[in-house]
Amino acid sequence: MPFKDKLYRLAKRLLVSSEEAEDATQEILMKLWTNNKAMAKYKNVEAFAMTMTKNFCLDRLKSKQSSNLKLVHSNYEDGSSSLQKQVEARDSVNWVERIMEELPEQQKIVLQLRDVEEYDYDEIAELLEMKPTAVRVTLSRARKAVREKLLEKHRYGIG
Amino acid sequence: MESDRIEKLLEKYFEAITTTAEEKELKDYFTQGEVASHLEQYAPMFTYFSAAKEERFTRQVSLKTKRYIYQWISVAAVAVIAFGLFFGKEYQEQKEAEYAYQETRKALSLLAENLDRGTEKVAYLNEFEVAKQKIYKNN
Repeated sequence: MPFKDKLYRLAKRLLVSSEEAEDATQEILMKLWTNNKAMAKYKNVEAFAMTMTKNFCLDRLKSKQSSNLKLVHSNYEDGSSSLQKQVEARDSVNWVERIMEELPEQQKIVLQLRDVEEYDYDEIAELLEMKPTAVRVTLSRARKAVREKLLEKHRYGIG
Repeated sequence: MESDRIEKLLEKYFEAITTTAEEKELKDYFTQGEVASHLEQYAPMFTYFSAAKEERFTRQVSLKTKRYIYQWISVAAVAVIAFGLFFGKEYQEQKEAEYAYQETRKALSLLAENLDRGTEKVAYLNEFEVAKQKIYKNN
């Protein structure tokens, strides 16, 4: 599956934990595999898979929320080992990741699809079943939110 | 000179009206070339987006999963049980029929034996008949 990395990155964006994201991706790939024949009907399998992943992850988050559980993840980098060569620039790159974790889900998804995966606006609109203008509005908000928080951290040093 | 253009692009970028090509230009500018000091604060965003795209799904997914194997095992088990029940019943029926046959045979042989004994006794009656004929003839 050539786009499995994209599915995984989207899943990880939403679920944060790489373990959970791997599970989700595996699940989606499995579903795609079992529906192998039906899949030929979809003209854009990748978009279909991305939508599936999005819905799956959102469901997963919802069920975790309602059962009052939090997805835990342990994939923060171990600070001590890289401490020596830790450059500030590298550090603020990690901030972006943290900042993105705090965004509302819709903004996360749009930002992920556009800025990381470089999808077209139309593709994103189709994927999320949104109007292209709504996609742009969400994207603009997400980008601005990231900028704002990044500037904040920039100003105060460590956030 | 370039930073003017980048500034304009950034403005468009935050309004989400940049094209994919323009965004690529921004990414290239922030990840490769020298970044003007007043724009440095934006660099982490673009660096991160480029880096995030490098993440790979590394888990090996075996698409022929055990789950399906278990499914087939259960199907096979059901088949075996059904098979067993069917033939087991047939076997039992056969046994019963054999038993009934043996019993019938035993009963019939008993009957035959008694009948034989009966005919032996009846044979004496013949003597009576013979004697009776003799008397008839003599008269």
